[in-house]
This record gives sequence, structure tokens and C-alpha cells, in this order.
Amino acid sequence: MNRVISLTDIRRVFIMGDQQFEALKGISFSVAAGEFVAIMGASGSGKSTCMNLLGCLDRPTSGEYLLDGLDVGGMDVNQLADIRNKKLGFVFQGFNLLARTPAVENVELPLVYAGLSSKERRVKALEAMNQVGLGGKEENHPSQLSGGQQQRVAIARALVNSPAVILADEPTGNLDSHTSEEIMNLFTDLNRRGITIIMVTHEADVAAYAGRRITFKDGRIISDSQSVSASLPGQKA
Amino acid sequence: MDFLQTLKIALRALRTNKMRSFLTMLGIIIGIAAVIAMMAVGSGASYVISQQIASIGSNIILVLPGSTTSGGLRSGMGGAQTLTSDDVRAIMTECPSVETSAPTVRSSGLAVFGNMNWSTVIMGTTPELFDIREWAVVSGRGIGQQDVDSAAKVCLLGQTVAENLFGSADPVGKIIRLKKVPFTVIGLLDRKGQSPQGQDQDDSIFVPLRTAQRNLVRSQNTNTVGAVMVKARSEALLAKAEEEINSLLKQRHRITNGKEPDFSTRNLSEILAVAEQSSKAMSLLLGAVASISLIVGGIGIMNIMLVSVTERTREIGIRMAIGARKNDILLQFMTEAVLLTMIGGLIGIALGAGGATVVSKFLSWPTLISIQSITIAFFFSGAVGIFFGFYPARKAAGLNPIDALRYE
Repeated sequence: MNRVISLTDIRRVFIMGDQQFEALKGISFSVAAGEFVAIMGASGSGKSTCMNLLGCLDRPTSGEYLLDGLDVGGMDVNQLADIRNKKLGFVFQGFNLLARTPAVENVELPLVYAGLSSKERRVKALEAMNQVGLGGKEENHPSQLSGGQQQRVAIARALVNSPAVILADEPTGNLDSHTSEEIMNLFTDLNRRGITIIMVTHEADVAAYAGRRITFKDGRIISDSQSVSASLPGQKA
Repeated sequence: MDFLQTLKIALRALRTNKMRSFLTMLGIIIGIAAVIAMMAVGSGASYVISQQIASIGSNIILVLPGSTTSGGLRSGMGGAQTLTSDDVRAIMTECPSVETSAPTVRSSGLAVFGNMNWSTVIMGTTPELFDIREWAVVSGRGIGQQDVDSAAKVCLLGQTVAENLFGSADPVGKIIRLKKVPFTVIGLLDRKGQSPQGQDQDDSIFVPLRTAQRNLVRSQNTNTVGAVMVKARSEALLAKAEEEINSLLKQRHRITNGKEPDFSTRNLSEILAVAEQSSKAMSLLLGAVASISLIVGGIGIMNIMLVSVTERTREIGIRMAIGARKNDILLQFMTEAVLLTMIGGLIGIALGAGGATVVSKFLSWPTLISIQSITIAFFFSGAVGIFFGFYPARKAAGLNPIDALRYE
């Protein structure tokens, strides 16, 4: 079993003044390559904290986090930046594209920081844009694209560096139901082609696209729809 | 991340807020333009002074008859007639630090050639004067010792005199009348330009000393001379030569301690060195004032960069999330700041140089724009960007990506 992500007894304690707040109270789970996992929970359940840790934007107070076999817990900020650049792809609720920048350059951005030449960047970016069905929109600025198209640009940006995992944080939160369906179908499609996806959502119908649902409450996992061994790559709920 | 890409991102950011970028640059533009213009005007002034020093000749001491500083009345420089040809000879033979000396007799009068006339200064002197003044003859020959000994009626013309009497024709060999006495023009002197006092040095005629004493100056004693020019053996010996001349002449004129001497000495290079120093101090002061405006401009840059960092917090968050390191962000904002100041610097250099040229053209004030001052101004503007851009850039690089992404 090829485990892309493995969390063991992860705790995250925030200290605000003299008050301590334990956002994650010792969680453990692992994700195999090719899985499509939805992380669910009410606000304050710890799912966003968990997502930040998975995304290497934050470090756990204690516990072990292995990403693609690498122990991420002990890395410094620059190493984490490199991990984010090479192993992870982010899709956000608010798209988070650079304004006044052509779509293709937005998609190229991770490759800029990876140090690729402009030629290589352009080839890979165009490939990723075709994959999400945005061929021909390369030179459009985000403001000239619809919400669904903007999210597709963001997905192309997440795909462009061939990451181990795509992390999506409420990817349909800013979209209408029809566009949400399109985006979720795109995710499902990508997952079928073997891409591992972890998605945070609080909408049950969006979570239904995922093969596996993990539910958080008060900093703990209260349910996990499938054990790792039962989840197979490309399987759909 | 390659530098070209960083540059591209920075340029795009500056283009996004064209008006703001320009206004931010304005402080640097004004500062650099002021520095360039001030340095051009200042070095132009000291260039003129150094030219004048060169036009006088080097290591020169002027010995003047009559007293120059005293509380009471004085007879005036020419009137005293206290120096004689014997004094000049004694200075040459008895002062070891003196290389040579030349007496002059000064008179003014009308020079006439044909139907042209020109009122000018007529100087009687010896051949040594032209060595001391480093003044060459461009056409014909100079005054020789035999001309002095025989009191020959020959003369050398300055360029201004020649132009006014002869136009562009060659004056050598022609006969002109000075104070109604006919003189043969034997040579034309090189162009010398303005003296430090602003007089046209080319507006003069030189004749042998004895000729002047006999024919041009009305005086009881034909042995007296006016000002004496003395050349010291070296610059280091200038002060010593002046001392030797002073004690020699005091002894010869029987001036005991405490009595007012009937002559005075002036070290011309020293006077000019002081003038040059004060012009340097002036341009330094102007430069200092100008650099204050650069500092103010730099603070403006820092201010706008801080605003820019706050405005673009979300962009910084995105860049960090997809793999920008701290240094990438730092470099990006530093590049932006340095680009702002360097573009401002270039515009300022162009404006300053243009302004200096306009000043020199319309106010006929000499200006000198050196490559050195341009280079200094350019790198200084870059340094302002680095210095004032560092704090905002560090602030950007120090952002927490989670907070930055959430920033609205």
C-alpha cells in the first residue's frame, strides 16, 4: 500500500495570551495514492487546522506527519516552501488567482518558483490548462473569466507541478450549484486518472463525490467512511 | 526563481499603479536632479578657478610697491614707486628660493594703426615675464634681452588688441603708435582669457622695460618699476621665497621692526587656492542640501512600499502557498523598490544634466557634468532603494502564509 499521507497522533495547540486552545486533539489517519477524500465538519471542528497542516502551511505541536514518505514535522520554513511547491497543489474557495495576470501565467507560477525555464513552464502550463478544459483562454485575465473558469485556472495551477496530492479547501464555496457540479465532475475525472485529492467541505452533496469521508468534531475524527485498505484508486462513491 | 522573472513581476506591479509609482519616484527624481545640477554648477566653478590658476602661471608671488593695509591714508599702488630695477636684480640674485623675477611698468594709452585705434594697457617688462606667466608667442618673436638693453621700440600684442587693430590680418612687422610713439610689432601672444579678477588678459600690449620707462611713463626716476612678478623654484618653496623677499626688501629699504613696509607681497596661487576651496565647500553644502531631498524621497518610497505590502498581502499568501520562499518574496519587493529609485535616478540624472545645461547657456555660468557624478548619483539612487525598501520587503517576507491567504 502506497501511503501518500500518514498522520499519527497529531496535536495542534494555539496559545492566545494566557489561554490555550487545542484545535486538534490527537488525530491519526492515512491516505493512499489515488484516493479522493472529503474532510467534513462544522466550523471550529478542526478541519481547517488539519488542512493547514496537511498543506505544510503550519506545523503540528506534536505528532508525526509523513508526506510522500518525508517527515514534514521537523522541516524549516524554506524546506516547507519547497515541499508545497513540489508535492502539493492548492485549490482555494476564493480561487486566489493573481489579478491583472494572464491565466497561463497564473498556472505557470509554481513552476517559476521551481526554477523552470520559461519555455518549459509554458509547455507544462498549456498542458495543464487543456486538462481542465481551458484551451484558448490562456491570455485572459481572471477578471475576464467566470467563477467556474477561474476555479479551473486554479485547478490547472494545482496540477501543473504534478503534485503528490491536491488539497482543495471548499472549492465550490463561491460557485452556483451548476458550476459546482462541473468542478466536482472535473475533480472526479482527475481522480480517475490517478490523482490523489483531499477536499475540505461542509456540504454533504459535494462530499458525496469523494470516495471517502472523514468527519471532524471538536478536534477529533468522529467518523471515517472507509478504512485505507478498502479504498481503491479511482473508486467513486 | 530567476532574476528576469523577478524583474518582470516588479515591472508589472509598478505598471499597475502608474500614477502612484510616478509620484513615489518624484522625490528621488527631484533629489537626484538637484544633486547632479549642484555638482555640475559647483565643479564648473572650480574648473574655472583652476583654469585661472593655470592662466596666471604656477608658483607666482606678486611684489607690489606701496603699502596695502594700514589704518591711515596710503599713496596708492602706483604712486609710491618704491621698487627699483635694483630691487628686482637683488631678489633674483640673493633669494635662493626664487627662480626668476620680472618687473613690470604699467601704463595705459591709445594704440593707433592706420585709421583704427584702441585704448589698452601697455606693460613694460623683461623676457622673464613670459616664462613666469607661461605665455607663449604664437606668431613672430618675443621680447629679447637686447630689446630691453637697447630700449628698442618694439611690442608684443595680446589677442584682443590685435583683433581690434588688425582684424584677422597678421600684425607682425607692422608699425603702430603707442602714445604717439611708433613701435614695430614683433609678435602676437597666445590667447590667455580672463584673469581671476575678471579682466581680459589679452587686452594688453607688452614693450621692453626700459622702453616703457623712457617713453611711456612720466617719472622723475626712470629706474623705478611697478609690480614685480616672482617665480619660486617650486610650490613647496613658495612660502619660503615670500619670506626671503620680505626680509631682503626690508633690509634694502631700511625698514626696522614695527615700521610699516613700503611694499607688499601677494601669493596669487594661495589666494586662488582659498577661492577654490570655498567653491568646493559651497558645492559640498549644496550637495548636502540636495541629498536631504533624497532621504525624504527614500522615506516616500518606504511609505508606499509598506502600503503596497499591505495591499498585496493576499498575493504574498498565494505566492507562499505555491512555493515561494521567504527570500523570493524579499527579493521581489526589494527589486520593486530599487527599480523605482533607479528609474527615478535615471530621470533625475537626465533632468539635472538638462537643467545644468540650461543654466550654463542662459546664465553663462560654467557647468561641468562628470561621468563620476552621474555614476555616483545612479548607484546612490539604487542604494536609497535598497535601504528604504528593505524594511517593507522584510515585512512582506515575514508574513505567515495562513494569515496572508485569509487577509481581506
